[in-house]
Amino acid sequence: MSEEYENNKSSYQAQSSETISGDGASSAPDMDYVRPAEIGEQDLYHGHSFITKWIFCQDAKVIGVQYFLTAVFTGIVGLILSWLMRLQLGFPELAGFMTAEHYYQFVTMHGMIMVVYFLTALFLGGFGNYLIPLMVGARDMVFPYVNMISFWMFFIAVAVLMASFFVPGGPTGSGWTLYPPQAILEGTPGSGAGILLMLISLSLFVIGFTMGGLNYLITVLQARTRGMTLMRMPLTVWGIFTATVLAMLAFPALLVSSIMMTLDKVLGTSFFMPTILKAGEVLEYGGGSPILFQHLFWFFGHPEVYIVALPAFGIVSDLISVHSRKNIFGYRMMVWAIVGIGALSFFVWAHHMYVSGMNPWFGFFFATTTLIIAVPTAMKVYNWILTLWRGNIRMNTVMLWCLGFIVTFVNGGITGIFLGNVTVDVPLSDTYFVIAHFHMVMGIAPLMVIMGAVYHWFPLVAGRMLDEKLGKWHFWITFLGAYSIYFPMHYLGFIGVPRRYFEMYDSPYMTSAVGMNEFISLAAFIVGAAQFILIYNIIKTLKVGKPAGKNPWKANSLEWHTSTVPPEHGNFGDRLPVVHRWAYDYSVPGANDDFIPQTTPPSEVINTEVEKT
Amino acid sequence: MHAGFIFLAVIVGSVLFHIFTPWYWTDIASNWGAMDDTITLTFWVGGGVFVAVCLFMVYCVFKFSYKEGRKVEYKPEDKKLEKILTWATTIGVVALLAPGLVVWNQYVNVPKNAIEIDVMAWQWGWQYRLPGKDGKLGNTKIVNINEDNPFGIILEDPNGNDDVLIQSDVINLKTNRPVKILLRSVDVLHNWYVPQFRAKMDAIPGVITYYWFEPNKTGEYEVLCAEYCGVGHYAMRGGVNVQSEEDYEKWLQEQETFSDLIAKQKKLELETEKLAKKINLNIE
Repeated sequence: MSEEYENNKSSYQAQSSETISGDGASSAPDMDYVRPAEIGEQDLYHGHSFITKWIFCQDAKVIGVQYFLTAVFTGIVGLILSWLMRLQLGFPELAGFMTAEHYYQFVTMHGMIMVVYFLTALFLGGFGNYLIPLMVGARDMVFPYVNMISFWMFFIAVAVLMASFFVPGGPTGSGWTLYPPQAILEGTPGSGAGILLMLISLSLFVIGFTMGGLNYLITVLQARTRGMTLMRMPLTVWGIFTATVLAMLAFPALLVSSIMMTLDKVLGTSFFMPTILKAGEVLEYGGGSPILFQHLFWFFGHPEVYIVALPAFGIVSDLISVHSRKNIFGYRMMVWAIVGIGALSFFVWAHHMYVSGMNPWFGFFFATTTLIIAVPTAMKVYNWILTLWRGNIRMNTVMLWCLGFIVTFVNGGITGIFLGNVTVDVPLSDTYFVIAHFHMVMGIAPLMVIMGAVYHWFPLVAGRMLDEKLGKWHFWITFLGAYSIYFPMHYLGFIGVPRRYFEMYDSPYMTSAVGMNEFISLAAFIVGAAQFILIYNIIKTLKVGKPAGKNPWKANSLEWHTSTVPPEHGNFGDRLPVVHRWAYDYSVPGANDDFIPQTTPPSEVINTEVEKT
Repeated sequence: MHAGFIFLAVIVGSVLFHIFTPWYWTDIASNWGAMDDTITLTFWVGGGVFVAVCLFMVYCVFKFSYKEGRKVEYKPEDKKLEKILTWATTIGVVALLAPGLVVWNQYVNVPKNAIEIDVMAWQWGWQYRLPGKDGKLGNTKIVNINEDNPFGIILEDPNGNDDVLIQSDVINLKTNRPVKILLRSVDVLHNWYVPQFRAKMDAIPGVITYYWFEPNKTGEYEVLCAEYCGVGHYAMRGGVNVQSEEDYEKWLQEQETFSDLIAKQKKLELETEKLAKKINLNIE
């Protein structure tokens, strides 16, 4: 380093002195004063060849798109698997090709893909990479090279996961929770190569994610531009930042449990394996604890829910604010709610285990902590609807997705109170009520946000506006369809229909559910197919879409104030922006426009009644 | 303005669906009516919040849809409103949690007069064992399980001799007498669940777990496995036959005890030996 540093020393110093003297030398009035930068700007490696620009690329924006596309690919695989499952459940006579083994493999892969490889990768890898540097006013992530490796580790993890479809015995069919002992014993499909590839893939994912996660955290903490205090950051960044903290603390639990289970499988250790009698023979295991795995898994698994939810909370807050032309209501409350929910999420994991056979006295503790989380979560919901109140709501596609999110999230949140309250959970756990609940709250609700975010930021990424008419069709089919899949499904749970049943119609009190299952399956086929409207919309827009121009939504946050649209490598041209306010100065009394970008100094909006932020 | 109408229809539709649904819980057949009550309570409170929040949202959509030049409120925070909402939510949450915990306390504390039942699960089936006259179950060990000792009872344990062995997937219970279900598994996780009783708990290899209930309606019920246990999970069924005291005692008399089984096997062994001797004699 020293030689390189010696050579560039003068230029480093020149840069930092320039930033320090930045505003001081200009004639800006004192009211516009922003503390000088403490460190010089980062040097970026600019790729020149196709490979360094688009494949092994170090630009966080390209990496974000790479993450996004890879995650969407896995999501489409997950979607197709869900179609096959619904075919079996709704129309078993048409699914003659499907055995119970297949069904359980599809259930497992659908769950794992959607939670980890689709939602987590999409929110943190996709939106995180694209938006964090832009929103905090950085040229790139602080460790671009590590960031690049992060994506390729994820890519390999996906490849390994997909490879398990093609090994003898097929992918694991142990349910996405991978509970031992069955996950690694015969009697469960894919208990040979399938489960091993799953565990390896998860381990690779965690390693890759850790590299990306470090980047997100340090970029937010260290690389914010001048004036971008933590309490001026858009909530999107707060959501992704807190989710990353959770991920960094929670994923190690998944990693160690994956490693331990791999050892149990390969070397015959007994971390999770007690004495077992199988087909009349006592296996060579003994002394391990299956419950230990569940604790480790859910110590990861519950924060995982919030790893998906918190970025969604953040993003939807920004979308609602921009498209209501109103500041987000109770910004500080929103920030502390995100942080508080994140912290609390580490104390609630065993609410997934009320009837697991753990010491039942745990129920008191975990029911209490779980219901405490309802308070900050409810505050967020109130603040979203209070942001709409007395706003000026653009009823465009983006806003529709946000409204759809509020409905589905509140619905799923309320059913969460059912399941979190230990007594209520007893009859409902392991039934379709649970499936309906978590799909509503962490499947459909975050998906609504993802879709809103795609319609919102596509003009920035591609420079063209997505078609509104197609977007509205896409929204209504998805929202109404998804709601009619999951809302009635709760009632299957009340009847007592257990989840993970390949078929169930021979029980006398379940025959009444046949009609509903057919209906749900039809809705699932339609909703799945409707997603291709978006793909068509994107292709069409890329060809003939209306150019977006700069800042088409009249938003305040920095990503819309780049030197070019779409932003180039380095994001902000010659000079980094200087931030003078939070991202939510919409419709400020006395202002000429209904928005004041974060970069606007106070001296330019001197007649407004803007609150100091 | 059609968007607001559709959202409104979704909310009204949800409420109507809940009122008129033909799909609702099965008639309860145990003492856990309190669980149904907590669910109903949660429905009222939670459903109320859902409807209120969504209706407010729809109201905003109608009232504040985009109009050029509309005067928008600029008020970043409202401490008082936020405080009221926080406390109101907290009270609501406590109101839901408290009864839940009270019922949970009943769930984990088993009444003294409960009959213990050993429910043994394997891939993929159930079998049951009742304590004999001493009212105690003998201890078991997985490695002891074999054809002669299907429950793996420790032979030295005197409590085990009079245990009643039911090698069927149907168990009979008597009405209005609490039972403590002691769950164990010899291979993977299972869960012994009868929807009409509401209660459930996982069976775990290596550990004995429990829960209790008091059946209060005679009849036959289906047992479902409620914890995924491999390809046969969906087919892992059993049965419960809740009987009046008379019928139950009659049924109990007909069941075999562990000592009966041992005696029967001894007799069988003796007969085999005799037979073998006879054959030997004949050959000689």
